[in-house]
Amino acid sequence: MIRDYFRVLTINLTLGQSTIVEVAGRNEVAGGSGLAALLFNKYGQMDKPWDDPEQPLIFTIGPLTGYFPLMSKTVCAFKSPYHNQFAESHAGGRSALALRFADLDGVVITGKAAKPVCISLGSRHIQIKEVHYLWGMDVFTTGKYLRQMFSGSGHRSILRIGPAGERGSPIAGINADTYRHFGRLGGGAVMGIKNIKGIAIQGDAAFLLPDNKDYPKLFEEVYKQLTDTDMMSKYHDIGTPINVIPLNKLKALPVRNLQQTSDPNIAGISGEKFAEVALLRNNACSGCPVGCIHIGFVREQFAKEHRFLYRQVSYDHEPIFATGSMLGVLDCFRVLDIIDVVERMGLDVMSGGVALAWATEALEKGIVSEKETIIPLKFGDAEGYKEAMKHLAMGTNEFYQALSRGTMVAAERYNGKDFACVLGQEMAGYATGEVYFTAQALGFRHSHLDSAGYSYDQKTEEKNAGKAADFLVKDEQGRVFLTSMLACLFARGVYNDELLGKCLNSVGYTDLAGRIPDVSRHIQKLRWKTRVATGFDPKSVSIPKRFTEIVTWKGAIDTEYLQNLKDEYAKRIIELSADDDKKTKEET
Amino acid sequence: MKILIAPRMERCIGCHSCSLACARFVHKRLSWDTAGIRIRTSGGLSTGFEAKTCLACNPAPCAQACPTGAYSQRRGGGVIVRKKLCIRCGACAKACPVDAIYLDPTVEPFVCIHCGRCVPYCPHDCLETKEVVTEAAAVTKGEEVQL
Repeated sequence: MIRDYFRVLTINLTLGQSTIVEVAGRNEVAGGSGLAALLFNKYGQMDKPWDDPEQPLIFTIGPLTGYFPLMSKTVCAFKSPYHNQFAESHAGGRSALALRFADLDGVVITGKAAKPVCISLGSRHIQIKEVHYLWGMDVFTTGKYLRQMFSGSGHRSILRIGPAGERGSPIAGINADTYRHFGRLGGGAVMGIKNIKGIAIQGDAAFLLPDNKDYPKLFEEVYKQLTDTDMMSKYHDIGTPINVIPLNKLKALPVRNLQQTSDPNIAGISGEKFAEVALLRNNACSGCPVGCIHIGFVREQFAKEHRFLYRQVSYDHEPIFATGSMLGVLDCFRVLDIIDVVERMGLDVMSGGVALAWATEALEKGIVSEKETIIPLKFGDAEGYKEAMKHLAMGTNEFYQALSRGTMVAAERYNGKDFACVLGQEMAGYATGEVYFTAQALGFRHSHLDSAGYSYDQKTEEKNAGKAADFLVKDEQGRVFLTSMLACLFARGVYNDELLGKCLNSVGYTDLAGRIPDVSRHIQKLRWKTRVATGFDPKSVSIPKRFTEIVTWKGAIDTEYLQNLKDEYAKRIIELSADDDKKTKEET
Repeated sequence: MKILIAPRMERCIGCHSCSLACARFVHKRLSWDTAGIRIRTSGGLSTGFEAKTCLACNPAPCAQACPTGAYSQRRGGGVIVRKKLCIRCGACAKACPVDAIYLDPTVEPFVCIHCGRCVPYCPHDCLETKEVVTEAAAVTKGEEVQL
């Protein structure tokens, strides 16, 4: 639905009330990331802690959601239990189109339910249903019950949490439609603290299309570009795990808690190996013909007489790095075994894997004992890690309670900060060098997708901190407009500003189409302003010693360059958060 | 005459591109409901997908159930729908044995017209149009009107 405002559903769980609000600002913040920041400024409490019942849990989509292919993601925003600051997490799956067809640009959930609830919403209904009997259930079992309880098979999205989220762990994610996740920065805990076990979004409205010939013609062109060229083949074919072998060759793959950056036996968890022996099928996010979701299988013998059960487990580069190379597990089926447990528990897989990698080295070094770890953690021991993931999710003892608040919390408590692989949050699967480490440590989402620092490391020899910081700021600005549309970042090679302008024009957002540079800069600044207002100080970010000890294809890490980069990027972030719009307009 | 068939649904990845294309190009809507083909899971995303689409019955129970002649038998199977004659009673959807007709909230029916517009949008080639032999003698009440 094309409109020059945002149609937002607000739900107050404390009061059990909901209302539709028309929020102005389409031509200023577009939607998605921009809308999430706008809504947090409207409904969020900058000075109150993340678990204050008044804090909002926000979901937003963009102006092009559903109108063009790969406009298929949803932004989830909240004050993060990980760092008590404003945060975003993104997910694919069905939620974006379900929200579009629920005729909503955003959902804001405030308050706290008295008992565990599931929220069901659509274009013609809103229901808050008590589900105390689901509390304690794992993610997949919860999904099965919620599917029975709510109608709309095929055209609905089911978001839910597992035990980690119920417990309020800052490394708990929100599972989106079984195979996708709002994984990072603790969205699962935000649902848990509000007593929300699940959210079912039914997309049950239809809209008339713009009455012009441009839109269908442009749609066909974009669809052809995205599917006929080899631009998307990486994601369509082997998928993101195609990165494992090249990163290993570059000595840029985190291995065994980043004690190494490559391993001679990495072929056991390469994308090619997964595709050859463990890939069962592919799935797609709604509205995306690429189908990048790779689903593997594991089978388990549960009785002597060749009795097996099987499980389907989605995989990508990041889960493979986190539960594979980082834990020294180099067999693809054992990696899927661990991911499966992580999924059930409702943990963020990257955080969980990196946390246990730290715990393993901490045990090796003797700064913790088996009294703390319960399991005799050992790199390569998948069975041990499966059990340890459960302890991490459940917070079985004081050690796992600390670790489930984030690796650095445990590292500070047990004096192991030097080898904690934390860059704002647990690292992603790239050890390409100084620019990437800076980009994740200071980046808005602490994500490898905030900006292409990993690419800059590989393409640029020159060590000019100012230029690199300028690149990160500029690249982030482009990406933040994409995540406001709300495009999958895999399509960033296709959706440049010119094409996005055409797309917006074709569906009637002519004002927005003509202001892309201004709007993207404004959104970038609004996000940083909001982040800083909730306590972020980029100058205080430190990069643990482990990141300076590694050797990549370029040789040892240049600590002076790393420090300069960090200072330069921090300076730019402070400028962004302080800049006024007038100055920005002049600049652009 | 050609009819739409979905012979390779085991390949479906659930992208909904077919439904969205049908709604977009045939029915001029943004929707995954108001389409002649709709995708649903067989019981959760781990169980694969199935297509809800017209089987091109001949005779078509929906046409027989239609009280106004809005539905008429299509040569080769399936139906031709003239919405101007439709009184939004929903009898067609009730009569369909495979739930292939979608009724929107105003009870306007949406059913496959076997045009094949969705076929090129399937990235895994799940769909195709197939030539069927028509019997010249098989003319029903509604067909004269359609001509």
